[in-house]
This record gives sequence, C-alpha cells and structure tokens, in this order.
Amino acid sequence: MKKIFLFINILFVAIAAFSQETVYPAKPQSEKITIINATIHVGNGTVISNGYVVFENGKITAVGEGSTNAGSKIIDGKGKHVYPGLIQSISQLGLVEVNSVRATIDHTEIGTYNPNIRSMVAYNTDSKVINTLKSNGILFANIVPEGGIISGSSSVVQLDAWNWEDATYKADGQIHLNMPSLFYRPNPFAGFRGQADTRTPADVVKEGLDKVEETKSFFREAKAYFKETTHSKINLKFEAVKGLFIKKQKLFVHCDVVREMLVAIDFAKEFGFDVVLVGASESWQIADLLKQNNIAVILAERHALPTMADDDVDLPYKSATYLQNAGVLFAITDEDGQTRGRNLSFNAGTAAAYGITKEQALSSITLNAAKILGIDNITGSIETGKDANIVISDGDILDMKSSNVSYAFIQGREVNLDNKQKQLYERYKYKYGIK
Amino acid sequence: MRKLAFFSWLLFFSTLSRAQETFPVNGVADNRSGTYAFTNATIVKDGSTTIPNATMVIKEGKITAIGTNVSVPADAVVLDCKGKFIYPSFIDIYADYGIPAPQRQPGGFNFNAPAQLTSNQKGPFGWNQAIRTDVNAATLFSADEAKAKALRESGFGSVLTHQRDGIARGTGVFVTLASEKENKVVLKEKASAHYSFNKGTSTQSYPSSIMGSIALLRQTYLDAQWYKNNPTAEGVNLTLKYWNEEQSVPQIFEASDKWSVLRADKIGDEFGVQYIIKAGGNEYQRISEMAGTKAWFIIPLNFPAAMDVEDPQDARFVALSDLKHWEMAPANAAMFEKAGINFCLTSSDLRDVKQFLANLRKAIEYGLSESKAFDALTKNPATLLGVYDEVGSLETGKVANFLISSGPIFAEKTVIYQNWVQGEKYAVKEALWNDVKGSYNLVVNTAGGAKNFTLDVKSSMSAAVISKDTVQGKFSSDGKLVKLSFPEAKGSRNNIMLSGTSTNRIWSGVGDDANGNHFTWTATFIKEADAKTDTSRTKPAPKIGKINYPFGGYGFETMPVQETFLIKNATVWTNEKEGILLNTDVLVKNGKIAAIGKNLSEPGAKIIDGTGKHLTAGIIDEHSHIAAASINEGGQSVTSEVRIADNLNPDDINIYRQLSGGVTTSHILHGSANTIGGQTQLIKLRWGADAEELKFAGAAPFIKFALGENVKRTTATQNNRFPDTRMGVSQVLMDAFTRAKEYEAAWKKYDEEKKKNPKAVAPRRDLELDALVEIINKKRFITCHSYVQSEITDILRTAEKFGFTLKTLTHILEGYKVADKIKQHGANVSTFSDWWIYKMEVVDAIAYNAAIMQKVGLNVAINSDDAEMARHLNFEAAKAIKYGGVSEEEALKMVTLNPAKMLHVDDKVGSIKVGKDADLVLWSDHPLSIYTKAEKTIVDGIIYFDREKDKQMRIDMAKERARIIAKMINEKKAGGPTSPYSPSIEIMQTCSDHYHNHGLLVVDAAEEYQTQNQ
Repeated sequence: MKKIFLFINILFVAIAAFSQETVYPAKPQSEKITIINATIHVGNGTVISNGYVVFENGKITAVGEGSTNAGSKIIDGKGKHVYPGLIQSISQLGLVEVNSVRATIDHTEIGTYNPNIRSMVAYNTDSKVINTLKSNGILFANIVPEGGIISGSSSVVQLDAWNWEDATYKADGQIHLNMPSLFYRPNPFAGFRGQADTRTPADVVKEGLDKVEETKSFFREAKAYFKETTHSKINLKFEAVKGLFIKKQKLFVHCDVVREMLVAIDFAKEFGFDVVLVGASESWQIADLLKQNNIAVILAERHALPTMADDDVDLPYKSATYLQNAGVLFAITDEDGQTRGRNLSFNAGTAAAYGITKEQALSSITLNAAKILGIDNITGSIETGKDANIVISDGDILDMKSSNVSYAFIQGREVNLDNKQKQLYERYKYKYGIK
Repeated sequence: MRKLAFFSWLLFFSTLSRAQETFPVNGVADNRSGTYAFTNATIVKDGSTTIPNATMVIKEGKITAIGTNVSVPADAVVLDCKGKFIYPSFIDIYADYGIPAPQRQPGGFNFNAPAQLTSNQKGPFGWNQAIRTDVNAATLFSADEAKAKALRESGFGSVLTHQRDGIARGTGVFVTLASEKENKVVLKEKASAHYSFNKGTSTQSYPSSIMGSIALLRQTYLDAQWYKNNPTAEGVNLTLKYWNEEQSVPQIFEASDKWSVLRADKIGDEFGVQYIIKAGGNEYQRISEMAGTKAWFIIPLNFPAAMDVEDPQDARFVALSDLKHWEMAPANAAMFEKAGINFCLTSSDLRDVKQFLANLRKAIEYGLSESKAFDALTKNPATLLGVYDEVGSLETGKVANFLISSGPIFAEKTVIYQNWVQGEKYAVKEALWNDVKGSYNLVVNTAGGAKNFTLDVKSSMSAAVISKDTVQGKFSSDGKLVKLSFPEAKGSRNNIMLSGTSTNRIWSGVGDDANGNHFTWTATFIKEADAKTDTSRTKPAPKIGKINYPFGGYGFETMPVQETFLIKNATVWTNEKEGILLNTDVLVKNGKIAAIGKNLSEPGAKIIDGTGKHLTAGIIDEHSHIAAASINEGGQSVTSEVRIADNLNPDDINIYRQLSGGVTTSHILHGSANTIGGQTQLIKLRWGADAEELKFAGAAPFIKFALGENVKRTTATQNNRFPDTRMGVSQVLMDAFTRAKEYEAAWKKYDEEKKKNPKAVAPRRDLELDALVEIINKKRFITCHSYVQSEITDILRTAEKFGFTLKTLTHILEGYKVADKIKQHGANVSTFSDWWIYKMEVVDAIAYNAAIMQKVGLNVAINSDDAEMARHLNFEAAKAIKYGGVSEEEALKMVTLNPAKMLHVDDKVGSIKVGKDADLVLWSDHPLSIYTKAEKTIVDGIIYFDREKDKQMRIDMAKERARIIAKMINEKKAGGPTSPYSPSIEIMQTCSDHYHNHGLLVVDAAEEYQTQNQ
C-alpha cells in the first residue's frame, strides 16, 4: 500500500504538478480491514494498550485486546496509536477560502433572525483547507454560519466527499444564537474616530437585554405557531427552529461573559431547549452552575491569551480543567484564522498539559464533541456498531512532536491523506533534490 | 437680545478705571487711581515670608507698599482685613483660557478618504500640518469672563495659555484673568513654546504613530538648524523660521504619561533642550526615572473617580493597575516632592476647574506639603516663565494679583472672599467677608412696645432666638441682606418674620407678625461666637498600596536580582557541538553561564534541582510586536526615520506572559504598513525594567522592510498612495536607495570641501536617508516582510545592485520556492510554522517551508509575529519535526540559536555555552513537547518567571484587588465621586494582517490603523 502511495505521489509531481484535484474521495469500503498490535484510544477514556479494531462495510465490528486474524486487509499498528476520527465542533470550513477576499466568503448572511439559513448548502467540498485537516486526523466538522442574532443551522460534514450532499453527516442539528452583548467594552479609539460611545455600562446591558427579550419573543411566537398545525402563511423562520422544541436540534449560544452565559441558561429554562455554550471563555467561573443546569460547552482554541492582564497567564490552558472537574460536558474546537483548524489536537494536548488527562483531552475532540453534536450514536469513539471513523498516528496525536497521521478511515473508506501543501512539498523536494 | 448683550459687554469694559490712551472714550473720562489699602491682614508675601498684622497698598494695578510699617495714602480706600489672609493669587502655567478650541473637521476624519500626503495649510509654511509654529496664542486670545471667573474662584490670577493642537503648537501667551481689554491683560506675548506627540486636528496622514511624531520633531530640529543658512531651494519656510525664533522662550512639552515623559525628555537631550514637561498623572509609578530627566514638571490634579464596582461581574474586568492607580493617583504630586523634583501645579485636565481646590487639598492630604503646593502655584511658574518680577509673590512694584481669604489658603474650611486681579476686585465669596456669627441683641418694635430677644447666629444659614425659650429661627445672611423668621414661643405656629440690611454689625429692617402687624427692628452685635478649630488638617494621610514594577498585575515590589545558582542534573540542550547532555549541571554566576559539567559545585550557590527536567537557551523571537506604544508609521511609503526604540512600553503584560512561555529575547519590529518601515529594537524580556533597560545592549541595528499586499494597501478601497502594485514596491526601493546614494555623495563632497573651506554649507541632514545610507554601508540590517517568490527575488536583486545583503527575510512563506536564490544571496529566513491562507499572498504557504529551507542550507528561524503564539514558540518549532522531519535539536535551534545568528547576537545568547548570557529556560518536560511548561525563565542570571512565585503572586494580587475594590465600594457609599466601571482595555500592536482573536478586552491597534487609513 505504502509503495502505491509513493508511486502516486511521484506521479503527481511528474504530471499533475500542484493541484489537489487529484486527491479523490475514497470509494466505499470493499474489504474487511483489521488494525492489530496498536494502542487503541477508544475516545471514552479507555485505552487498549495492545489491541485490535475490525471494521467492515463502514462499521466497526470488533474491538479488543490481544490479537485477531479477522479481515482480508491487516494493518500492523505496532507502536502506533489508533484514535476515533477527530471532530471540529465549530468551523467555517468550506464557507470561506481566503478571509481577505470577499468573493470567497460565504459565512455571514444579512439579517438579525436567520434560523432558516442552512450552512451546508454553501459548503465547498473542494476547499484547499479541507485536506490539511484530514491529514491531521480531523475527519468531521460542524459547519457554522455567522451573523445576526440567529445565524442559522449548522450541519456536520465528513471531510472526504465529492459534494455537500455526499458530505452531510448530520443535517441542521444546531441553531446558532449570538448572544446580544451584555458586556460594556468601550473602544479607546472610538473618540479619535469621532464615534465615541456615550453609553454607560448600564445602557449596554439594558440594550442587550432588550434584544434578548425580542429574541425570546421570536421563540415564544414560534412555540405558539407550532400549536396550530395548519397555517395560512408558512413562516420559514419558525419552521426552521421546530427541532429545538422537540429536542431534535440544540441551541448553540455564542457568548463569553458570565452575564451572557447566565442569560443563556435562562433560555434553556424557559424553553426547555438543549443549550450549548460556544466560545464561553469565562465559563470556568460558573462551571458548577453549568453542570447543575446540564449545559454543555464548546471552548474555542486553547492557544489563546487570558482575558485580563491580571488573569493566570495559563488560564486559557486551564479552563478545560475547571469544566472537567465540575463534570461539565465540553468539547474543544480550533477556529484559528491563520491555521484554520488543523491544530485541533494540539489545543486538546495543551488542555491535557494543564490539568485534564490525555484521554479526557481526546474525548473533547472526539466522543464528547460527538455527544454535543448529537452524533455519538454513530461516531466519536471506537466501539462496535459505530461508523469506522478511525485515525492512525505514528505517535501521540495530541503532541505535534509525534503526531503524524498515517491512515484515516471515514465510514471504513481509506482516506487519501494528501493535500496541497504536501504536493508543493514534493514539488520542491524534487526541485532541490531533497530526499 | 444679542445687541443688548454686546452692548453690556462694551459697557463692562468701558466702566473700568484705567483706560488705554490710544482708545477713544465714548463719554466723559473717568480716571481713577484705584488706590486701596488693606490693613491688619496676615500677608503671605511668598512661600517663606508671612507678615502678621500687615498692610498692603495698591495703586493703578500695582502693589505700592507692603509691610507692617506702611503709611496709608490719604486717597486710599481702606479695607480692614483683620483676621483675614492675603496671598499672591495662583498662576496656572498650563491653561487654554481664552483660546478657541481647535476645530476638527465635522464628523471626524473620513477614513475612507484617500491618504493625505501633504499639508492642507495654505501659504509659505512647512510640509507637515502638525507643525504649527505659526500659531501665536496672543493673536488668538480673547478674554472670556465666564472661564476667567471659574479660574479666579479657584484662586488663580494669571495663566499661561496656548492652543493645544498639533505636535508643535506655537507660542503661549501669559495673561491675567482680569475682565479687561486684552491689551491690558496680556503680560507677556510670547511666553513659551509648546509641543506634544499628538498631531491634533492635522488631517495629514503622517505621522500616524508616537514614533512618527518623535521622528517628525527630530527632523524638524534638524531642518530648522539647516534653514538658518537660508537654503535657496527651500525658499521661504515660515514654519521653520518661527521654530527657530521660538527656541528662546521656555519650551513646554505635553506628555500624557510616564513613558511619554521620558520620550519627550530624550528628544530634548538630543537637541540640547530641557523641556518643562506637562505630566499626565501616573508619573509616580516611575518616579526615579522622572527625577532622572532633571526637568521641571507641570502636574495636573485630575484624579480618577472611584469606579462603580459593586457588581462582581463588572469588577472582574477592571485590572489591578487601574484599581491601584485610583488609589495612588492623588499622591502623585507628593511623590514628586519626595523625590526632590521641581514642579508646578495646573488645573488643566480637570473636567471642571471648580474641582481644583478640592483636589489640591486631596493632594495635600496624600502628603504634598503646603509650602511646595504654594510655590508650585506661585513662584515656580512665575520664575519658569520669567515673570516673577511681576507676579508670583506680593512685592512692591508687582502686579496687584492677590487673594483675600478667611484663613490659611489650603485649609479645608477656608474660603476665598475676593480675588484681586491687576488691582481690580473680583468677588468670590464676599458675602462671608463679614463674619455674622455671634450674639446679637434683637429689638422688635411692635405696636405693644419693644420686645427684646437674644439672637444667637451660628452661621450665615442658621440662628437661634432666645427670650424665655430658645427657638430655632430660619435665618439667612449674604453679608448685606438679612432674613429671619422665628416662632413667637416654643411650639407656637405664630411666626415673626423679619428682613433688613446689615451695616457692620448693626442690622435693621422691617417685619410682620402672625397677625399682620408691621413693625421695625434692630439687632446689635454683642459678642463673638466661641471659636471652633479647623479639624480638617489633623486627618492622618490615607493608607495606599505599594508601587510595583511594572505597575499593576504581576509587578515586582522588589525587583528580582542576579543570583549565583547551580542547576543540577538536568538534560541540557546546549545547541553546541556537545549536543544534548544528560544529567548535567549548569552554573550561573554574574549573569553568565559559568560552567557546564557533571557534579559541579559552587559555594553559596542556590541549588535548583533539574532532575527529570530540560534546560535550554531562552527562546528568541525574531518577529514580535509586543512592548511598544505604536508599531506602524504608515503615513508614508518610506519611514526609515522612525524607531521602535523611541516608544517601547515596558508595562505590556505580554512580556510576562511570554516569559512564562520561555521567551527571553524579542525583536520588536515595525509593522508592515509601508515598504520601508521603521528601525527595530531588540529587547530582553526584563519584566519590570524601564524602556532603556529593556534594550538588548550592543545589538546590531536593524530595520523593517515590507513587500506585497500590506504595503500596497490592498484592503484600502481608494488607495492613492504609491505603490499600488508589486511593480511599484520595487521602484520605491530603487528610488529610496538611489536617493540615499546621492545623499551620501553630497555629504562626502561636503566633508571634503569643509577641509578647504570651513564656511562650506552642509547638506540637509535627513534622518530617513541616514538610515538607508547605514544599510548600504552594512551598518544597519534589513529584516524584510516578504511572501511571494516574485517579490522575494526582486528585493534580493535590488539589494545586490546597491551592494548589500538582506539580512533576514521574515514571513517568507514562499521562501521554499526560491530557497536556492536566497541561499546564493546569503540571507537568513524567519518564518511561521503553519500559518497560511489568511490572505491571497499566502495561499501557497506550506507547513514544510521551514524544513525545505533548512534542508537547502538556509539559517531558519521560526517567529511569532503574535503575542499569543510567542507563548509557545517551542510548539511551533516542534512542527518542523512533524512537517518535514527536521531533527529535534535543529528544530529547537530554530527558536534559539538560529534567530540569535541572524540578529548578530549569537556571541551572547542562543546556546548554553560558558561565557554566554545566562538566558535559560528550565522546562518540566521535553522542550518540544506539548506537555512541557517553562518552570523558570532566566534572563541575565535573574529569574524573571518562576512558576512557584507566580502562584504566590496570584494569591497576593487577588487580596490586593479585593482590598481596593472594597475601598472603592466604601468610597461610593460615603458619597465620594464615582464613575461607571470601565473595563481595562488592552491595546495590542500587531503586524496588521491576521485573523486571530485575542480576547474580550483586546483592541487591535492594527485594525484601528487600517480603519483609519483605508
């Protein structure tokens, strides 16, 4: 296999030059595959130190310790680590290509209440970014629209697809709400620009709460709307949030400060929604309240600066620990604009360095992410019956020093790990005669 | 109505006694001598002379006699000032009284407008709109009674006023606060010249940064010197002409904070000018540096109000530095005094000048001595401005500017009765002049005969009436008119109501009783009220926290010191041919690495157990933008005259945060707003040091260049600044170096000529070209922001044409495409580990870039360009292992030794070698592992970051925060001045082209810059 791979690479260099148009999505799994002798990180906290995984027709059929000789294709995982496919819980992947070029941006729609906006219809499976994630073990991403107070619904995609319909793994599972700001944050430059903000902190909070009330009215009216089965006029916006009321969708609330998070909890209480806080940089302060109210959290990338000059310099590294200790369900995501998500596992690794275990860190980008996204029945861990979404790394995937993904499978399909950057690497190795 | 107002204004002036001879009089001459004698007063002539029971005589606006043995002229109006104090009235040396406020364009700047590259000012003036030496405050000045009144009521009699607009602000005028025609009020027409770093209403693009303002000032000093020889090519340049003329008066520089004070003083030192520096209010935080300037200071008294922090969710966002500043700001003047620094005080910066006396008393409560306060408002400003022969003390011959007060001027209960300016009386609280307190015999002449009462007046607002009963009356007196009503007897609803006038201490008037009877009454003074002592001065000085360095969170109360220590049994990554040494000891002594080996011992050395730990050289960040007040001078395409060194900000918390990530040296670069940016500064992360101490001594001079999207202002929709293409960028470079060559030749020619002809005229010194000549002569080195292969190749060729080598190509994300050419040229490269696709010129960036360039044989560094990423450059280096298979040792060198080499400091830092600086990091784990932590970060043998100490600091900070927050809340409860809470915004300087979120409180200066310059 490896040889073939190498051959293909050479072929690329020789013929196709640098374009990843030749990185084809894989065909359905045709033969039973068994990984043996590997350290298996199940995703739920368990580690099988010398184990095997068998998968067939896209599903995991056996996982265990010791050896097995099932399967027509055997991958020797000796010294290697097997992980569930990593999940990017919040991403703009495929909705933007180059942030500085407006024509390539498709993530932010006009309007305040846009629940009917669906991210996946604009998801570009040919984005050059996608393959750089796959080659780092990230096999799923939740594609999130932005803008307004209600931005729309996000969908989980698998990253090896011909088009967005192929890619869709779970459609419209989340409605995204950007919490109106309840945080007074004057801009010191505003005066200079002749746009000084004369509002007091109380004004800002009041303005925000007014918007929250308006948003609640939207949901109250939607709720009333669903009590009637026939409508003379269809309201697409209401229709789009129906899943929230029947718990088929979750409300993802994007906010950071405590006051905003408390209001989000209040949302959950009033409407009985499943609420997930996104970003939530200050969530470490209210971890116990989040646990009490059964609110999950998606933390933005941990390679971040503390909010306050006085904060613990490592606070962003440690915030996962606060959540873990309180028993809050949380995921970690990586939306970094310069690297566009490929450092997901290292962000989890940093959380592990500062207080949670490596397996807990892994869960935050696999099983717990799947739970939050409502796909843990089919993915997120290496367990029998789940989709064979599997990554093999030469070493610890959470540590960049050793993380080197050599195989990845999505629904049992062996994914091509090539990408534009590797192709350019090959091209210039060729130029300089580097071995 | 308008007409009437105008008319009455005229009237106001014309009624005054001493008219000017050239002005016609509409009516009959009314010449008065204005002779007054103030007798029996306690006269404070100056800070050291107080004469009790003295007399002062004034005539025609001047003091004609003062002392105990003064004969009162027969024609003098005599005022008995028994029990009263007379002081020279105060002088405000930093006012804008009577000067029209500079007008910004309506609606502020238009940010979408194209850049304004030249001055909008019409006429034979200089090139930069912010140099306003043509402004003469005397010609703008018009007396303003409303403002004069407010100042007089705070005790001021004269002020130095100027227009606060621009970097050079022209001259100030010294005026009294008399409401007279300006001709009489002006005491000194050009009393001062003024400067600042703020370009004010100038709409010109340059300068757009503090360092640009500094460069502009420096260049203007040079240009003005050059202009003295009347260079023909320049023609008439009034701006420079006036600049030269204005050098002879006191030079006053407005600095907004402690660091700006030092920046201003440094400019002064360079050009032989000792500025008088207007302080901002936080100078106490660096008082020894302030003393080092040897400058006179002008200190404002605007103290921050207590913030409303009762809501813990609000308090959370107020930084300790702001909390501490609130607590300590009133002690600013006291600390100047304690440090022996000369100063004046000003009412400037106060929102309401009426706060002045209250704040002054607060400053005194916080330790400022009354005598220094007094001098700071009288003798000091007068002496500085050369007007002490006229004002600032009470002497025969001086202007009759004085205050009459009820007691010692700074005592809390003291009131100012009158403020005399130029011999004219202005009432302040004149009503209180006659002390009404005391007992009076009240006689009410009712129809039924005279009734006698004893009236016990406690203050001008309250009195008791005593006959059979003692009843409380409603009483008021303004010193001239008296009103009183009181019940006939205790519990009675029948009131007696009186009103009348007071003359001396005999009052009389008319009254009514409850039955409607009218009558007359008199009251005669019997005896004084019992004197009460003023208790306000006995308050103990308030307790305040300690100053730490830097001021605020994670500051040191005592700076950590150099120690001798022995790190035992660590895994030592030497970066030298010895490679990685296991179980090895490293001895640090006198800030240097003294020994490396096994089983070392050193008497008295502090032992640090390195068992299981890794020791590496400190991380060096080749591309950083921390610790600076401004980063981009984007006003022009070539700004080689600006210097990051001029505006370092040692308070930046990112210094400490990066120490926690093992960084010890950072190369602070100018941003990428223009092709030829500014001169860079290499610093060591000596947390707590001042700007000078931060600098890496002996580092080679560098300059930042930039190519591509940023410098052609890709994000600006209406760019009009050359260049707009990479073709243009290339020509900016060609042009700049061509000019530099010619400039150098001109100087060489002059140097030759001077040998023969000592009168030869020197060419104009040009700071911009000086820096470029240094480059050509290999005395200054370029680090060039560059991305795509075309521009990389072009700049290599341009450099070769001019005979120099580019030292470093930074960013260089397509460096892998032309690594062979770079190698041939001889440049170093400094790149990101895995950034890409955030803009068009980086769509071909690859994470394998560092590995390819290293394998081709280039000296490769990995840099941050980002305050966040710099905290884990070791992770970034590790990515070179992942992407391209660089060895671990080589990867670590990419953030230590390799950048040291390209910065020419590898003889001092970058590896663990005997004799090198002890800039070390002790890691908990493999230094390239995601799981490692810097446990101790050492610079020059000083432990600046220590994970254990950090823990203790956080505990102490939490306590200190809680203490001050409680104090603020109490202040609010006690009714003290409060303001809404304001979160402590962190302004971050960045290169300007990233998509990286730094958190809730960070405002990206670069984004702001882009907004302003689009």
